[in-house]
Parts: sequence; C-alpha cells; structure tokens
Amino acid sequence: MATLPTLDWKELKSESEVRWCPGCGDYSILMQVQKVLAQLGVDRDRTVFVSGIGCSSRFPYYMNTYGFHTIHGRAPAVATGIKCANPELDVWVITGDGDGFSIGGNHILHLLRRNVNLKVILFNNRIYGLTKGQYSPTSEVGKVTKSTPFGSIDGPLNPLGVAIAAGATFVARTVDVDVQHQQQVLKRAAAHVGTAFVEVYQDCNVYNHKAWDYATDRETKPESVVYLEHGKPMIFGKQRDRGVRLNGLTPEVVSVGAGIAADDLLHHNESAPTPTLAYLLAQMRRPEFPEPMGVLRAVNAPTYESLLMSQVAAAQKKLGPGDLDALFNDADTWTVQD
Amino acid sequence: MSQTNASTEAAGSSGAAVQILPRVVVRFAGDSGDGMQLAGTQFTNTSAVFGNDVSTLPDFPAEIRAPAGTRPGVSGFQISFSSEQIRTPGDELDALIAMNPAALLTNIDDLREGGLLIVNSDEFTAQNFAKAKVASDPLDSPRYERYRVHKVPITLQTREAVKESGLGAKDAERCKNFYALGLVYWLYDRPLDTTLGWINEKFGKKPQVAQANTLALKAGFNFGDTAEIFPLRYRVARAKLPAGKYRNIIGNQALAIGLVTAARLAKKPLFYGTYPITPASDILHELAHYKNFDIRTFQAEDEIAAICSAIGASYAGAIGVTGSSGPGIALKQEAVGLAVMTELPLLILNVQRAGPSTGMPTKTEQADLWQAVLGRNGECPVAVIAAQSPADCFDTAIEATRIALQYMTPVFVLSDGYVANSSEPWPIVKASDLKPIEVKHAVGIGGGANGANGAEDSAPFQPYARDARGVRPWAIPGTPGLRHRIGGLEKADLTGEISYDAANHQRMTDLRAAKIANIAREIPPQEVYGDADGELLAVSWGGTFGAVRTAIDHVRAAGRRAGHLHLRWLNPLPNDTEAILRRFKRVIVCELNMGQLQQLIRGKFAIDAAGYHKVQGKPFTVAELVRAFG
Repeated sequence: MATLPTLDWKELKSESEVRWCPGCGDYSILMQVQKVLAQLGVDRDRTVFVSGIGCSSRFPYYMNTYGFHTIHGRAPAVATGIKCANPELDVWVITGDGDGFSIGGNHILHLLRRNVNLKVILFNNRIYGLTKGQYSPTSEVGKVTKSTPFGSIDGPLNPLGVAIAAGATFVARTVDVDVQHQQQVLKRAAAHVGTAFVEVYQDCNVYNHKAWDYATDRETKPESVVYLEHGKPMIFGKQRDRGVRLNGLTPEVVSVGAGIAADDLLHHNESAPTPTLAYLLAQMRRPEFPEPMGVLRAVNAPTYESLLMSQVAAAQKKLGPGDLDALFNDADTWTVQD
Repeated sequence: MSQTNASTEAAGSSGAAVQILPRVVVRFAGDSGDGMQLAGTQFTNTSAVFGNDVSTLPDFPAEIRAPAGTRPGVSGFQISFSSEQIRTPGDELDALIAMNPAALLTNIDDLREGGLLIVNSDEFTAQNFAKAKVASDPLDSPRYERYRVHKVPITLQTREAVKESGLGAKDAERCKNFYALGLVYWLYDRPLDTTLGWINEKFGKKPQVAQANTLALKAGFNFGDTAEIFPLRYRVARAKLPAGKYRNIIGNQALAIGLVTAARLAKKPLFYGTYPITPASDILHELAHYKNFDIRTFQAEDEIAAICSAIGASYAGAIGVTGSSGPGIALKQEAVGLAVMTELPLLILNVQRAGPSTGMPTKTEQADLWQAVLGRNGECPVAVIAAQSPADCFDTAIEATRIALQYMTPVFVLSDGYVANSSEPWPIVKASDLKPIEVKHAVGIGGGANGANGAEDSAPFQPYARDARGVRPWAIPGTPGLRHRIGGLEKADLTGEISYDAANHQRMTDLRAAKIANIAREIPPQEVYGDADGELLAVSWGGTFGAVRTAIDHVRAAGRRAGHLHLRWLNPLPNDTEAILRRFKRVIVCELNMGQLQQLIRGKFAIDAAGYHKVQGKPFTVAELVRAFG
C-alpha cells in the first residue's frame, strides 16, 4: 500500500454533532480512535465503522469514514459480510458489553474463531446506558439497578476470557481516560492481521459512574492494574515493589525484594503458542490481583477472508472463471426435434 | 451386453403384449436405506432423456434413519411421465413398488383401483410386520383384490444375480433398488443406457460395485422379460415438447444455478450467507461448488448472522443473498427491516415448509406468505416473488436479483418443499440469450462526478437522494469522496442523517412504500389462462401452479367458462390484478395455507374472493381442485 500523508485528526470528525452525555467515557475513545487513525494516515474512503445498538454504537455517525449503524448485537456478522465482499476495506466494529456479550454474544465468538481481519473495540461500562440503567452481563453480582432492585444474582462474564477461549488472535485491554495507553493499544490492534479484540474500561458517568475508579484514580490505579510488556516481568504498585508470580498453575501476588527478584516473577509472553497464559491473566481480578492492561495475546493465523478468496482463486485457476453454458449443460441432456 | 441388445431381446422373448398409454404415475417406496430416491431419480432421467415430459415428487422421511422397517423410515419417490405436456406429478398412482410392509402400508392409499402393485416378497416377514405395526401379512386382506398384485422375491433374486461380482451378502442386497428399477424399466419399456452410463461414471473407481449394480439392473429387467407373470407391458411415447435441448432440473438446483447466472449477468460476486435448514440446505450445497464463478458461500453461526452477513456483503457491493425456511426467516426479520431502512439490495430465499414452529420440516406448505409480505415491525414493505415450478426457480432467481439491485430493496423469493425437491425438464437456455442486469453505483471523485459538481466537501454526498423510480444510490465503501453513514434509525430525506422529525418520518414511510409500488411498472401484463372472463377465475401463486392449471383444463373441457390467474409477484401485486379479478363472477384463491393470499386480495381490492385451502404437507391433487371448482 502506498504511503499516505498523515491526516489532521479533525479530518476524521464527521459533521454530526456528538450526542453522548457530557462527561461520558465515549468521548475519549472517539478522540483516541480519530487521533490514532490520523497518525496512521488511513484512507478514510476505505475505512468502515460498523456498530450494533447502544450508546457506543452511535460511534460510526461521528467518524468521517464510511459507517454502518446496524441492529442489536449483529455488527460482527455485518462486518464479516463486508470483509467477505471486499477484503481490502479497513473495518472496525464498535460494540458494548450488552451489545457484544449479551444479545450479540454468539457473533463475537464466531467472529473471533474465524479470525476475520477487522478490529473490535468493546466499550465496557458494566451497565445498560441507552435503555437507562439496567445491569449488564459484565455487572458485578449484587448490582442494584432499576431491573434488579434487590441486586443482580447472575455472575458477570469476563470478556477477555471469553475472547481468548473463542480463539482470538489479538486480545488487549485499556482504559478510556488513559489516553497514551489507549492510543498505544489501538495502534497495536490496527497493525494486527486478524481479529483484534480490545476491551476498553469506559465510564458511564450517568448510570454507573466510577465503576472503573480503581483503574483510573491516581491513588488506587498503581495497586489495581499491571501493565503488560512482552518479555518483561509483571511488576506493579506505586513503589514498583509488587509482582505476580506463578505457583504451579496458580498466580499469586508477591512483594519484590525480600528474597524475590524480578526474574522470579511471571514474565509476559503475548505470542505464547497456547492461550493458557493469556487466559490466566484475563482471570486476574481485583481485589486479589492487579488487572492486566495492554496486549494479553497477539499471534498470527490466517484470516477468514484470505482463506475464502484463496479458495475462489484456486477454483478459478483449476476450472477457469466459470462458463454458464457449461454449467447449464452439466447433466444428462436430450434434444427434441421440430 | 449393450442396452440395445437388452431391448431387442426383451421384445423378442417376452410374450407380454404392449399397451400404449398417454401418461403413467409410478412411485418407488421403501426403507430410507433402500435407495428409493436414487431409483426414482434414475427412472426420471431415463424417461426425460427418452423424451417424455416428466414431473417428480420425492417424499423424504422426517428422520435421518428411523429404525429400518418402520413406517417413519419410509422414503418415497413419485414420478409421472407422459407423452403429453404435464404440470403435476399426478394425483393417483398407476403403479407402486413397495420394498417392505411399512412402505406398502404408508403408500397404498394413493394407488388407484386396478393399479399395479409390486412388492418385495422377501421382506414380508413376521418380523417386518411387527416393525410396521401390523398383525399379519396385509396382502392377505381382501382390499388387495382391487389391485394387480405381484410378489417378487427381490432380495433373494438380487443376491443371486450379483453373485459373480463377488460382493458380500450385505453389499449385494444393497443392489436391490437397481433390481427393482430394472424390472420397472422392463414394465414400461424404458432403455437402460442412461442408468448404465450413470453406474459406470459413479462407480468407476469401484468396479465391483459397478458390476454388481449393472447385474442387478439387468436381472430385474430380464426377470420381467422371462418370468411371464406380467401379461402386459406399457409404453409411453415421447412428448411433443417444443424443439430444443433439455435437461432435467430440481427446484433448489435451478434456484442455485439461477443465482450464479444472475451474478454473472450483473458482473458481481455473489455472497450467500446461510444456516443449514430443511428444505433449503441444498441451495448452499449447490452454490458451494461454484467458487470459480466467484460465488462466496458462508455457513454462518445462526440465521441472524446469515442475513446480517449478506446485508454487509450488499453494503460492500456484492449481491447479498440469504436463504432459509420459515423458522429461520422468523429469526431474520429484524435484519430484513434493517435492509429496508438502509435500502440495500438483498435476496431472502424462503423454501417454505409446514409450520408453525418446527412444524413438519420435510413437508410442503405455502403458509409463509404473510410472513414475507407483512411479518416485520413498522411499515416495512419489501418485494415478494414466488417460483411456480422447479425449472421456474431459475428465471425467478434472475428476476429477483435484477429487482433487488435496480431498486435497492430486499426481495423475498418464495419456493416450497415441493418445488425445491421436485424436478421437471428444463429447456436449456443459452447464456448469450440472457439479458445483462444493469447495475449503477454512485460515482465518487476521481471516478467522475460526485453528485452534481464533483468536488469533495463542497456538495456533500446525499445517500438518500432518489431517481425517478424512487431509488437511492448504491454508494459502496471504498468509493472516493462518498463517505456517509447509514443505519436502522429513521433517515432524514436526502441526507440520510438521523431524524426524529414527524413530517420526515411520514415522508420517508411514503417514499419507501412508493419505491416498492413502482416495481409493479416492471411487471408485464398478466396472462389469464383459458377464458379471459366468465364464470370462474382460479387464482394461485407459487408451487400450486401446475395443479391449478391442470384443474382449470378439466373444468374448461367440461364446457365451463373459466380462467386461471397465476400471480408471480405477490408484492407489489401487478397493476392489472384488480381488473382481471373483476372480469369473473366467482374468484377462488387456491393455496396451501388457510387463506393468506385470499385475505390480501380481499383487503386490497374489497373483492369477495373465495378460497380453497389445504395444509396437509402435500401438494394439491387435480381431482380435489376440480371438485372445489364444481
């Protein structure tokens, strides 16, 4: 692909007025996506944003690219069709915890196992915002909402764990307000060939404010998250004095120093041949563990649409481009004379 | 021994007299493992290649492999072959070949009085009577005196006949369908060469199996010739079909080939997103072979993903097609609404089966008409077309594709279990005789004009501006300068921005309806078969075409003034429909549902149309329609 001139990020803004609630975490994600795409110098005419239903799914209207705001949960399926019709397009799927993991959970699984070459950004705010405040499949147990006045009784699912189990080739996590980290992760996702799945901790300041406070607050953040770096030991804490060590198959938080060196800690390997480590990391949750931020897994695998098109190419090479008359006559035939 | 020799010998040694018949209906019935579909298909191809007009009706068991010998495990294949043009597989059987007691008991009611019954006597055992839930040999009943019953030890004779191939006893017995086929070939004086050719091609790599099937086929034929138990043979002369080259074609096959053709005529890749379901899966199986035609098949994770992927493909510039049957269509309807709102081309194939819910998956019905025309939330008009016969699926697929692409609309293509699995001769078309499907895309900067002035940003692209027919432009991602956003929220006229404006919603609703109504301009004047006015007009749609037309022939032959209107387009209804309906004193709408088209006609035209309805999982018989028209 020819090198394109870098865009001003404002050239990624559409003329539509952004209508999220003031203070919504979506604004930051929108801006980081625009900035990253501008820095990468994408071709806006070949870029398509596809979404389902929910607050986050209004996203495509605000991008000065092609956009398709589809129906609840189905963006991965629509996006798969787009890539099968035109593999050259740069496709981004925008979804939320309800859209992607409740009503559309099935499609996420199959998108990931097929490894369609597109990017998924999951806006996880652990609540239903657009329908005004019911609990979501990522809400914690006991969540008191309009639909669960006595607290929710169903356990949350873990999007990264589900993605890894579905065979995702790229899995990462970031936070809406952590601008630099978010941009780094989005760039990594953009560069991945295959389905890149990015969970963003996003604040719904109206219905679930501060759900991710521990991961954003200056005081609590260093003790609550661990930033993953490929090949590096997992060290966290304000004093960088805590680490994650593997005890058999079980991770444990240890103090670094007092007889435990950085080398004794678990070292990150995002390209491990099996997804075991990534899954283990995805299961690390507060308060027992710091929650991992960054790229949990990035491996190479053939993309669905490249396999599809290579079957088409192979068939055409073997059989030619298809002759209708030969097709029509490919049976026992007989001729009726006048 | 060549087939010609077999014929000559047969003619030479058989003492049987030959009777000439205009038309014969035969059904092969046996256990689902007995190869009855294969025997029926071979008999069909032989008769078609011989030059008869043919019409077939397979009857699959609901279960994949119900226990052998039981009634639910019975599989049947009916074929009508004729020296005249025929349009149905026939009401009554002239001959029934029953390979076991269960097959006899589940099929005997369709055999006409005096009809020929051939049973495999080896399978009429106490054990098989028990499996078929009958106390003793049903053939002992006096009711069988009204048929010409022939008990033939087909299993033993087959085993004997194929001995020299060296096949084991079990494999040898599996050739008994070819033995039965050979016997029926003798009975109806059919040549063996089509089937012999097929055996050699199919089993070329298994010469032992090829030899065994050949031996069984010829043994069956020779048994008829030498056993002297059949006093009569029958001959059905070639039909006087219009001159030309023909092949036999099955409905689902014709639909698939029609789609491949439409894609080529539109010079576009075709994307088929689907989820397996009876009786539509064969369309996927067929299309999956045609990758060299740039047919991209996608077995989705569910029905919703199937249609949504097709919508995505259409959005990106391919021909998006999805296919299913009623229960699957129910799941797709929200997405059909999305395609209506975003005004994208889309084909939705519905091979209807008996419902509601899971219903009777292998049985035919036409009860999804309302689902297609009306079954979505909101004011949500789509085009609906129905195929009238197996071969007609080819033309229907092309016509539906043309309308979808040229009107930027979802088009429902209605078939049914009967049309999908039946077959008939198809006069093979020449690709060069088919009209190309013209497709227009909005052109961006660098490729010509962007709207009126071509300058990016100076005049923003209007994705919901319309042409004279009310059709919006198809602007596909990747086109320079046409970046725009669409979705399921109500659109502002012209700009396509989100709009909650009251007057705009009314206007957009009207525009969407007008676009679909405009499709009626593409529909040529309808042919009224028979009398152009008079006492009785039979109205039909879809796969009931053949039975209704034949019944009208009977009624007219009896001297009555009657016509037949077969509606190909169900939405929009053709513009001349009302005028035609009003030319007749009595209108009777015949459908395999409880009155869906009847209600649409009554609602739209306030005409007192009567109905003839049946939901028994079977096509209409001509006889019942003639009675209904009485």
